[in-house]
Amino acid sequence: MDFLRPATWAEALAAKADRPEVVPIQGGTDMMVELNFDVRRPPGLLDLNRITELAGWSSEPDGRLRVGAGVSYARLIAELGDRLPGLAQASRTVGSPQIRNRGTVGGNLGAASPAGDSHPPLLATGAVVEVESAGRGVRMIPAADFYLGVKRSALEPDELIRAFWMSPASGPQYFSKVGTRNAMVIAVCSFAIALHPGERRVGTGIGSAAPTPRRAVAAEEFLAAELDWESRLDPEVLRRFGELASEAASPIDDVRGTAGYRRHAIAVMARRTLTWAWNEFRSGHFERRAG
Amino acid sequence: MRVTFTVNGRRETADDVWEGESLLYVLRERVGLPGSKNACEQGECGSCTVYLDGVTVCACLVAAGQAEGREIRTVEGLADGDRLDAVQEAFVECGAVQCGFCTPGLVVQAHDLIERIPRPSDAEIREALAGNLCRCTGYEKILDAVRLAAARKAGDR
Repeated sequence: MDFLRPATWAEALAAKADRPEVVPIQGGTDMMVELNFDVRRPPGLLDLNRITELAGWSSEPDGRLRVGAGVSYARLIAELGDRLPGLAQASRTVGSPQIRNRGTVGGNLGAASPAGDSHPPLLATGAVVEVESAGRGVRMIPAADFYLGVKRSALEPDELIRAFWMSPASGPQYFSKVGTRNAMVIAVCSFAIALHPGERRVGTGIGSAAPTPRRAVAAEEFLAAELDWESRLDPEVLRRFGELASEAASPIDDVRGTAGYRRHAIAVMARRTLTWAWNEFRSGHFERRAG
Repeated sequence: MRVTFTVNGRRETADDVWEGESLLYVLRERVGLPGSKNACEQGECGSCTVYLDGVTVCACLVAAGQAEGREIRTVEGLADGDRLDAVQEAFVECGAVQCGFCTPGLVVQAHDLIERIPRPSDAEIREALAGNLCRCTGYEKILDAVRLAAARKAGDR
C-alpha cells in the first residue's frame, strides 16, 4: 500500500489523475475503520490533511458560503452554526466530540453512505458539491444529483471533492434523527427540513431510508401548493406532508431497524420538523435572530 | 514508511510503519506508550483518545502517516513528573477508576473539557464524555471526578 501526501490541491489532483485507484483520506473516521477491520485494502491512501485550501471556508460574492472539504464538523458547528443551522444540527449528532474534531462533510460526501448525517440538510437546502479533476477542471454537482446508489456518488475516479456551496439560511431549518442514544449513533433514519419563506418553498431531505439520501419531492410540491404562509399550520396539511414524506422513502429491513418502522418514523419526523420550523417562522424568532 | 512526530514534547521516529497503520498502533507498539488503550478500533469507545495538535481525537482513526510532523499529547504527557494532573488526582480520589481500561481516554477527554470550559455544567460534562465508554463505574463517580478537577483547577477548592 502507498501513502501519498500531496502538499497542495494541484498536487492532490495530479496524484488522483495519475492513480485513480488510491482512496482519499481526510478525517479518517470512516476509512480507518475499514482498514482496522480489514474490510478494505486499497492500493494506496491519498492523505488530504496537509492541503490548506481544503481547511477553510469563505463567503462568496453571490452570497453563498463555500466550505472546504477539510472543515471538521466541530469547526462547522462553531464557525458556521448561525448561518447553516440545519447542517449544524445534523453535525452535532455525528459520533462524539473526538469524531467531530476529525470528521468532515467532505468525507461524508465521499463515502456517500445513505446514513450519512450531513446529506439530508445538504438536500433540503439545495447545496452544491464542487468537485475537480486535473484533466477536466471543476464540476458543480447539485446534492440532489450527487448520490447515485448505496455508497456510490457522481464523483469520477480522477476527481476529488473540493468544497460544498450552501446559502446562509433564509428561514428556519431543522434536523431530526432516530437512534438508540444521543451519541455515537448511526441513523436508523433521519429527516431535514429548510423553510425558504422568500420563495414560499420548503426543502426536505431523507436519510437512511432509501438506497441514497433523497428529497421528498412530492411532499415539497404539496407544501408549495397548499401551505398558507400567513396562517397557522393546518393539521390536515401537516398530516398529509408526513404521509407524502414517508411515501418518498423506500427503506429496507436491516440490523438497525425495519422498513415499516422507518416509514413510520419518517412521517413522524417530517411532521415534527415542519412544526418546529413553522413555529419558529411564525414567532418571528428567525427574522429577529438573523437581524 | 518512516513517520516522525512529537509526542509529549519529545521527537519520535518510527520506522517500518505499514501505510494503513493507525497512530494508536504506532504509539503503543512502536513508541512504547501503552497508556492509550486499544479496544474497539472504530472510534466507538474513546479509550485511545489523545491530543493531535491540541484537539482530542481517537488515535485508532488517525492514519500513522497523517501524524507526520504533528504534535501528539497522550495520557502519559499530562502529569508533571511525579505530580499528577488535577484530573488524574480527582479520578483517584473519587473512585472513578475500577478496571481502569477506559480511564486514560476519559482523563484526556476530561482534561480537554476543563481546558476549554473551566467551569463545565453537568450537561457539558456529559456531552464532552459521550464518546468514552465505561462498563464498570456507571459514570457517576467519573462525573464527580470531573467536577472536582474543574473546581480545583478553577481555584474554587
